[in-house]
Amino acid sequence: MGLGLLVVIWLITLIGSYFIIAKTWWLPVGASAAAAGIDHHFTLTFILMGGVFIAAQLGLGWFVWKYRDRGAGSQPAHYSHGNTTLETVWTILTIILFIGLNLASESIWATERFEAAKPGSVQVEVTGMQFAWYFRYPGPDGKFGATKPELEDASLGGAGALGLDTTDPAAKDDVITGTMVVPVNREIEVILRSHDVIHSFFVPAMRFKQDAVPGLAIHMHFTPIQTGDFEIACAELCGLGHYKMHGIVKVVSEPEFNQWLAAREAEKQ
Amino acid sequence: MGADLWIISIAIFCLGALMGALNFITTTLDMRAKGMTLMRMPLTCWAWFVTAILGLLAFGVLLSAGILLLMDRNLGTSFFVPLGTVNGVLTGHKGGSPLLWQHLFWFFGHPEVYIAILPAMGLCSQLLSVFSRKPIFGYKAMVYAILAIGFLGFMVWGHHMFMSGMSPYSAFAFSIMTMGIGVPSAIKTFNWLGTLWRGKIRFSSPMLFAIGFVSLFVVGGISGPFLAQPVLDIYLHETYFVIAHFHLIMGVASIFGIFAATYYWFPKMFGRMMNEPLAKTHFWLTFIGAYAIFMPMHYYGMAGGLRRYSQGTEVGWINQLWPIQRFISIAAFVTIAAQFIFVFNLFWSMKKGKKAVDNPWEATTLEWTTATPPPHDNFGGLTPVVYNGPYEYSVPGAPRDYVMQTDAPVTARH
Repeated sequence: MGLGLLVVIWLITLIGSYFIIAKTWWLPVGASAAAAGIDHHFTLTFILMGGVFIAAQLGLGWFVWKYRDRGAGSQPAHYSHGNTTLETVWTILTIILFIGLNLASESIWATERFEAAKPGSVQVEVTGMQFAWYFRYPGPDGKFGATKPELEDASLGGAGALGLDTTDPAAKDDVITGTMVVPVNREIEVILRSHDVIHSFFVPAMRFKQDAVPGLAIHMHFTPIQTGDFEIACAELCGLGHYKMHGIVKVVSEPEFNQWLAAREAEKQ
Repeated sequence: MGADLWIISIAIFCLGALMGALNFITTTLDMRAKGMTLMRMPLTCWAWFVTAILGLLAFGVLLSAGILLLMDRNLGTSFFVPLGTVNGVLTGHKGGSPLLWQHLFWFFGHPEVYIAILPAMGLCSQLLSVFSRKPIFGYKAMVYAILAIGFLGFMVWGHHMFMSGMSPYSAFAFSIMTMGIGVPSAIKTFNWLGTLWRGKIRFSSPMLFAIGFVSLFVVGGISGPFLAQPVLDIYLHETYFVIAHFHLIMGVASIFGIFAATYYWFPKMFGRMMNEPLAKTHFWLTFIGAYAIFMPMHYYGMAGGLRRYSQGTEVGWINQLWPIQRFISIAAFVTIAAQFIFVFNLFWSMKKGKKAVDNPWEATTLEWTTATPPPHDNFGGLTPVVYNGPYEYSVPGAPRDYVMQTDAPVTARH
């Protein structure tokens, strides 16, 4: 029975670790400025925690086999109530490991979340509603027009769905789209809103996730460093259509972005 | 209406949990046998004691949150609902905060996960000692670790809310506290391994589940430090990595505690042993099955697979991962089927199991000093007197390899 436990625990540990070391399933290639730092810390955590995991499981398997009851007359168990020195050393090591690992990652967190987007970044308001994402650009005036909950009508789509107050002069040049188009290598300021329930704006390639909460306008930022189409999915259960609350971030060059935005403005005239 | 009934039922559950917690606390403090000092209590009792304190402090908050929610739904208040629309219709509320609900819920919800796991930690510690025929490694450290987990468990609820829109500064604080809770958890794991070390291990079914518990606690615990760091939680939050983490540690590990306890105390409860071959079959299928279900969830989550998706057809990267879901589903059906072995064994053994002696596991604690099954009031009017700690196994010079708590005092000390 001890040997069975040893074999099964070791096999589970080795097979389980294999898929991680081989990166059979892994994070998608990072496409934002923050991705490299986050991925690096992810790998560091994997190495440290993976080491503890493998050592503990292999140790467990080894001990249950080695110290199995070998029948009457064999060596009795060792009478010991523990070892305070070992206990203290282990405790200090784990404090250093856990707290140190945590502190090592906090500077990335601070860059991502303590600091606001820099002036001159591209502003996009992202609004979640059951079950779609809408993206709004402030237009040449740099100001978002007012929205009013009583004007919201999802069936209208676009400005109607957002409840845009068309009498507000700032609203005249607002551009509203169903795809998020952004320029590469520019910081994007995301202003996240939700109309109805909590949604969560998740773009794995950008290593970006933030809940959109009714009643709050949450300001976040990221910098795409690679052009292409990147998928968005809602990461917070928001109703029956949650699984299809899907979208695309289209990262293009800056001239293409300006051209695209100008074309949307022209359509409005 | 249905949701209101559900909230009311949760509120009644909270009241029951509060009463139960008070009962456990007062019983532990006031009704111990003569000589049963706190530091002679079995770790099972220590764990239940701390669990009861957590329950007393946590369920009151959930009860209050439930009452506020009922008021929002029925009396027109706006504790949790801001100005907004659902399906294009104004909700009629304004000024409330969904984050307040999350704070209240998780202020209960995080201690709750320790309510789920602490009893299993306590009783598996005990079983590892009994079946290794060795004193528990670091009894005092185990007690302090249980207390530390209970205490810190109240300061980490915000780690469920790193992506919620809560202040990123408080995320920093919650994250440090959460990593801190890894320390007492690591102490316990170290001591479990220390207990097995140089033991004389008997592989009875309760012990198999206790060993399985340690393995699952390690694998479930090790993913905690990923999720405790907000930087990594940006990516991992709401993915299957989280599902793997908490199901392994507070789900399956706790359930292994329940199985271990059932196989261990069944003879005392019913006077008969459970069938060992069936129990061992149940163990192997459940242990391998649990890993087959929950290991792949780590991979699924690392590849960005989100939880609560009823279909994988709409999001490209989730669609690609769907075969993992299929594997998990099959593993789950097989593992669930294996649980019928346990159910059958439970009822069959009540009637047909081998007759149990008073102390079938040769254990030291008080329940094994009384008859099987126990008479009215457990000890038939003769309250035992305690002279020893709960884990005096393989004491040099003792006539047997275990010294009951009620036996003459042990002098050998190491």
